[in-house]
Amino acid sequence: MLELFTEFFRQLAEDHPRWNFIFFYEPRQWERILKGIRYTLWLSVACVIFSVIIGVVGAWLQNSSSVFVRRCVAGYIQFFRNTPPFVQLLFFYFALGQFTPAVTGPDGWTEVPIVSNVGWAIISLSFFAGAFNVEIFRSGIEAVPESTQEAASALGFSRFQTFKDIVLPLAFRVSLPALNNNLVNLVKTTTQAIGIAVPELLYQCVTIWNDFPSAMYPTMLLLFVTFIALVGVLVFGMHRWEKAMQIPGYGH
Amino acid sequence: MNNSWSADQPIVSIKDVHKSFGDLEVLKGVTFDVMKGEVICIIGPSGSGKSTLIRCINGLNDINSGSITVEGQEVHAPNLNKLELRKKVGMVFQQYNLFPHKTALQNVMMAPIKVLKQNKQDVEKRARALMEQVNLQGKEDSYPGELSGGQQQRVAIARSLAMNPDVMLFDEVTAALDPETVKEVLVAIKDLAQSGMTCILVTHEMGFAREIADHIYFTDRGVIVEHGPPATFFTEASDPRTREFLSQIL
Repeated sequence: MLELFTEFFRQLAEDHPRWNFIFFYEPRQWERILKGIRYTLWLSVACVIFSVIIGVVGAWLQNSSSVFVRRCVAGYIQFFRNTPPFVQLLFFYFALGQFTPAVTGPDGWTEVPIVSNVGWAIISLSFFAGAFNVEIFRSGIEAVPESTQEAASALGFSRFQTFKDIVLPLAFRVSLPALNNNLVNLVKTTTQAIGIAVPELLYQCVTIWNDFPSAMYPTMLLLFVTFIALVGVLVFGMHRWEKAMQIPGYGH
Repeated sequence: MNNSWSADQPIVSIKDVHKSFGDLEVLKGVTFDVMKGEVICIIGPSGSGKSTLIRCINGLNDINSGSITVEGQEVHAPNLNKLELRKKVGMVFQQYNLFPHKTALQNVMMAPIKVLKQNKQDVEKRARALMEQVNLQGKEDSYPGELSGGQQQRVAIARSLAMNPDVMLFDEVTAALDPETVKEVLVAIKDLAQSGMTCILVTHEMGFAREIADHIYFTDRGVIVEHGPPATFFTEASDPRTREFLSQIL
């Protein structure tokens, strides 16, 4: 069966040189694709989680009683929303990367920075998407009536308890559709990690078509299909979650 | 805690309270005492400062001058332990303000578990009893959005009672309700009042006030114009403002 599959694509590449699906019949290239997908998934999952955490914390800090804290959050949002994410990535890796200490690598003599290029990609992308998430959660928080928070306060809830148990669960539900959009964007933006040589899917695909120019169309096709599937799974999951969190008789 | 307070002293004592929102002075020196077990109704035209007054009692609004004490403790002292105050004073709002993402039972259970850190099984037992007390058995698992206004308001009453308060504040709790559900809420409050709970109500339900209140206060433009027990208040009001208000509403 697998034999038939690889044979088909080998033949296709011979008959139509522009359609060389080399990764389907050459194990080395297939390995590259799998490795790329693993990195893309890792980046996506890590960035989604961190960016949501940043969003929640930022939204909480935005309501801080300290003007200084509020200004810091506002400054953070302005910076990350108003500059290109690719430039941010380069800045984090090349500029900030220089100031992070290095440790001796496993071979005993090379210096390895403690934050790898993958680390910087995750940090920069999380902060980028996180800035949008702060705004998304803020709009959700603003949709929670003041009177509901007042009721919690009258029952003895502290400010933090009110946020954690009342405001956030309600705000989250309101925010989900917008969050959904931002996370979809984030997953797609992970491809720019190629700029600092993170071996994610786009990086692997470019490597393949550099080595085998005849494989360019097929690898591009593969990129599209993989991201459609990846984002499809994310959107499906988010919709399921949205449904599961729906409150009977509330807002619908 | 400074507890020199004993039950023969006023449980809530309000002295010369002034409160402004910006340039607008809504309370211009309000003074009255509430004894333990008393049921007080505050009535008066809209904008007379009734709701503000009641919200000052549990510290939801601050005051500009004067003093409010609950069980001898100054509510607006800068070092006040808000949690201690909120444990003593329960409040029910006009718009119920239930937590929409929690079932009726969870609404009742939430504060004792989260705030008082009480044991979940005990809290649940008490919450179910409270649901029964407000006549809502069978509705424990309904979400607020699935309940009528009257039912939601009764859940809100049970939710406040779950904290075992010594004083209950009711801020126009029937004003947002359909006429046919007003009664079920009033019945719940009446039961509570008759069980000896100290209640302070802001209300427009004159018939109800007359029935359950030990004392009625009429406020207008930030001051108490007139007060007295219902038997005399409704029939022998002397101030022209009170008479005018009563003639419009009765």
